[in-house]
Amino acid sequence: MRFGIATRAVAFLACGTIVFAAEPASLSQDQLAKAIKTDSLTIPTPGELFAALEKPGKPDWAGQYRTPIPTTYRNRGQIALNLGGLIADGFIAVEAQDSQQVKNIGTDIVKLAKALGVSENVLSRGNSINEFAENSEWDALHEELEATQNEVKTSMQSHRDQDLVILVSLGGWIRGTQAVSAAVIKNYDEQSAKVLRQPAVVSFLRTKINDIGMDLKSEPLVKSVDEQLAAVEKLVTFQSGKGPTLDEVKKLNAAVTKLMEEIQSKGDAK
Amino acid sequence: MKKRGLILAGLTFFAVAAFVCAETDDEVEAHRQVLDLTGAFQNEGFKLRDGHWAGQIKPAERALIAVNLYAGNQYWFSAAAANSKAKKIAIELYDEAGKPLTTENYNEGERASAGFSPTTSGQYFVAVSLVEGELSTVCLVYSYK
Repeated sequence: MRFGIATRAVAFLACGTIVFAAEPASLSQDQLAKAIKTDSLTIPTPGELFAALEKPGKPDWAGQYRTPIPTTYRNRGQIALNLGGLIADGFIAVEAQDSQQVKNIGTDIVKLAKALGVSENVLSRGNSINEFAENSEWDALHEELEATQNEVKTSMQSHRDQDLVILVSLGGWIRGTQAVSAAVIKNYDEQSAKVLRQPAVVSFLRTKINDIGMDLKSEPLVKSVDEQLAAVEKLVTFQSGKGPTLDEVKKLNAAVTKLMEEIQSKGDAK
Repeated sequence: MKKRGLILAGLTFFAVAAFVCAETDDEVEAHRQVLDLTGAFQNEGFKLRDGHWAGQIKPAERALIAVNLYAGNQYWFSAAAANSKAKKIAIELYDEAGKPLTTENYNEGERASAGFSPTTSGQYFVAVSLVEGELSTVCLVYSYK
């Protein structure tokens, strides 16, 4: 483990003790089943996924851009899914260190957020994104995008749109997985492909979708996405410690690309 | 029209305030304490996840939180209590089968951190324990790079 510098910094600042802990007893299946799962900690952000993929070498992030999506959807579920996808696009543009792309996406995020009637706080985040992009403050942009996503979710909760929150996370996860699987295909190696093993994330997303109200759940787009997630869950379930083959990554990419096409399609949602 | 706007603004304020008030003072304080602790990691290039879990833990008990980690990233999990009623807290990490993992640990009474670099992507479990002290409100966050 390579935490020396950070550990020394913490020790220096707080004068605490650093120890290598003795191993406690294993947890039972019952204890694991009762573990707390929350949207804010259990679902990783696209930024975390992208950070892991960058370890062996920086991928061609600009190659993962997609053409601008419509920002005039009327269906609230579809807006929420696309908002999550756009936030993931923002993380891609930050990784590519592309100021103009970040600004374009920031503008689209604000447009979609407005359509959902979210708070003024979210709209002011759009200004901050522009400002940070103008000054190429990439770390600050990273934080701002995550804060924007959380602001959107907080605003949804306060407007009793709790059910939309999980759709924002889901849209972000699908778009992030699409970009990462495409990048892995471009330059395949088993080590990089290991980041795509995320069965528990999909399982948690499916559980949360199962909990949303019938009105939203029965909407054709949400229903279709939910149904396809069952297959996606199998595609991200690889043996622990082993990466997926190139063929398996291609299958996953095809599945999430199909999902993204449905999510961003202007004609399908009712 | 102006009056209607004011009423709407007022309603929005109360709705947001009601949501924000869902966090207790102790939870807010524990969050503040843990953010103070994670500053050192950010100085080392770790990005703080803008999300947290906060709740009460009884003496000798623990809260178990599921997280999903990526192979290749380095993680630091940090927890802090709202006040010194918690004499000692600890963080332990378990893999998806519930097997304990060796972590690099830092402890200082009511604050603790655990560092881990997964070689397998997937679900992990973070246990925050109140080893010594009275019933306390604790907040957990994590940083990664």
